[in-house]
Amino acid sequence: MTDRRAAFDELARRYEARSGVQVKFELYAPSDAYAQKVRAAAQGDNLPDIFGILGEKQDFASFIKAGHILDLTPSMQAEAGSWQQSFVPKALALNEFPAGNSYGVTPGIYAVPIDIMTIQMLFNKDLFKQLGLDPEQPPQTFAEFLNIGRRIKAAGMQGLVSGWGEVWMVNCLANNFAFHIMGRDKVLATIRGEVPYTDSDWVKVFGLFKEMQDSGLLADGVVTMINKNAERLFANGKAVFAFNGSWCVNVYKGMNPGLNYGVMLPPRIADKYPVSIWGGAGSSFMVNTRSPKKAEAVAFLQWLTARDQQLYLSGATMSLPANKDCLAEIPEALNRFARDLELSTHPNTWGIAEHPQVLEALGKGIQSIIIAEKTPEQVASEVRKVKERQTARRRQ
Amino acid sequence: MKLKSILENYIFVFPATLIFVIFYLIPFIWVFQLGLYEWDGIVPAKVFVGLGNFKEILFEDRIWWDSMRNAGYITLIALTLQNTLAFLLAWACDRQMRMKNFYRVLFFIPPVLSEVVVGLVWQWILDGHYGLLNGWLTYAGFPALARSWLSDPHTALTTVAIVHCWKGFGWGFLIFLAGLQTIPRELYEAARVDGANAWSTFKNIMLPLMMPVAALVAILTILGTMQGFVMIIAMTDGGPAYHTQVPVLRILASMRGTSRFGYACAQGISFGFILVALSFIQYRFSRWTRDSA
Repeated sequence: MTDRRAAFDELARRYEARSGVQVKFELYAPSDAYAQKVRAAAQGDNLPDIFGILGEKQDFASFIKAGHILDLTPSMQAEAGSWQQSFVPKALALNEFPAGNSYGVTPGIYAVPIDIMTIQMLFNKDLFKQLGLDPEQPPQTFAEFLNIGRRIKAAGMQGLVSGWGEVWMVNCLANNFAFHIMGRDKVLATIRGEVPYTDSDWVKVFGLFKEMQDSGLLADGVVTMINKNAERLFANGKAVFAFNGSWCVNVYKGMNPGLNYGVMLPPRIADKYPVSIWGGAGSSFMVNTRSPKKAEAVAFLQWLTARDQQLYLSGATMSLPANKDCLAEIPEALNRFARDLELSTHPNTWGIAEHPQVLEALGKGIQSIIIAEKTPEQVASEVRKVKERQTARRRQ
Repeated sequence: MKLKSILENYIFVFPATLIFVIFYLIPFIWVFQLGLYEWDGIVPAKVFVGLGNFKEILFEDRIWWDSMRNAGYITLIALTLQNTLAFLLAWACDRQMRMKNFYRVLFFIPPVLSEVVVGLVWQWILDGHYGLLNGWLTYAGFPALARSWLSDPHTALTTVAIVHCWKGFGWGFLIFLAGLQTIPRELYEAARVDGANAWSTFKNIMLPLMMPVAALVAILTILGTMQGFVMIIAMTDGGPAYHTQVPVLRILASMRGTSRFGYACAQGISFGFILVALSFIQYRFSRWTRDSA
């Protein structure tokens, strides 16, 4: 977030010139420190007028239930819902709690999306040429993908880099595979506890990571790699593939403006369900219920998410705008990430959340598969045990 | 008059007592209290679970005990490798050698560096792709030894332990050096006049007199190493899988990863008890060895 300081400061200056209201953006890094800061502020009842939450949807729900977040539904639906309709629906859905949600939150829209992202596969076109591949024809199927892995291994190159040292990012690809292999309903049934993680489809999902590792597709050290290092390797032409979010457009532009890369969907594995990617989520802002300046805060957010401001923010920070009217006008580098938005999904839109302990077991288990310490079956069994334990604990 | 004097005394200690109560005593009691609850750190309502969190730590949380074993392994290496190195270097600097002041400064540089910076620098040195170590190994004709030191499950924990030793040996060096300098030179001279050789001087003079210092260094090493986590976050963040997880990382994971503040407090209390027990055992052991000597 701190890399957007100049753009936010400029927007604050413009808003003050227009309305006379002074807005001060405070940006913090690293994200973990910010997440704890917001929790501490909530405990001390001194949250700012507008703030963001970094965390799972469960944390978002807890903030709402604790009475810290204003329900923005009336503002969204005022004037025939013009504000609500200005957003990319998937982006808004992330900030919404529908009727009957499992979090026990009163239905409503509780936050405003500022930008969105999708997480995709990227490939280095120059390295594709070196491998004797057509740089305009990225692999379509998993078999083609593995074949390229074998070529990479034979050429002594590094394959796919990503921030898989962080559990959420390895889980992201696992979720993509899971949605594609077994479909959304079965994934959600697993989260509800109706399908065990030892189901053959889940074992197949885990097995894909083993196949990728065995083929030579994964770069050395990917299991402890932080995303910043992965980005540096890909930007410097040291890795053929990357698995990264749309924020990388800005990062690569800064690291290596001449980087020649393409964006592709994860390769197709089965035919029954479409390929799926994570997307829609980005930065969202909430209004503090206890703020004496609630009305001013909402008015500022309405201005901030209007077309002109969204276009400025998108151009200045190379991020995908949350305002749907802007998507047609974004640069081509960003558009490559936006065009598959309809295939995107995100856990925060599912209406049900997996236990964090299960997510940790899943991500760490996949790391164990990649380092050839455990088999897909062992990991499936371990994740199932964690799931059963956490479900029993929650019932108690 | 006497009452006035007593009141004055109380007024003098009041600010310090107030600070102690607010910043130490109340949080300490709070942590114990929170350990008995399930709480996500946000909603005001906390669910009382009694000793449930402690039961889960003891009987169900295998990763917690794995992290304890990892911390124990790093501590063992620190107690042996790090402290032996610290003692030998202190011994060398205590003798009449050239540039000993320069070495004293040099050996104390790693401890004063930021742990995050040290972790990131070593991560860069040990990186499997562009790391200096692999570059040197390849240049020296040992390309087969090159590897992703921090991502290989066979080397990750030992590598982290060695970096920890590099970062920490300066403290032991300083304390050992101070201890060696308190030994009267006359004792060495008397031993030499009596015909004692180097080993005999070491065994009968230096070792017994340095035992209290060694005990102090050992206790500080145990407490410091068991609680270490900053460099590990910077180098591996506990990975690959759980291979470099340590207890403080697990406590952090409970707080920021799974939002289980009550469980994190229970982990902290359990960990505190283990550290006190280890320190007590170490203290008794060092007393026993000193008395035996």
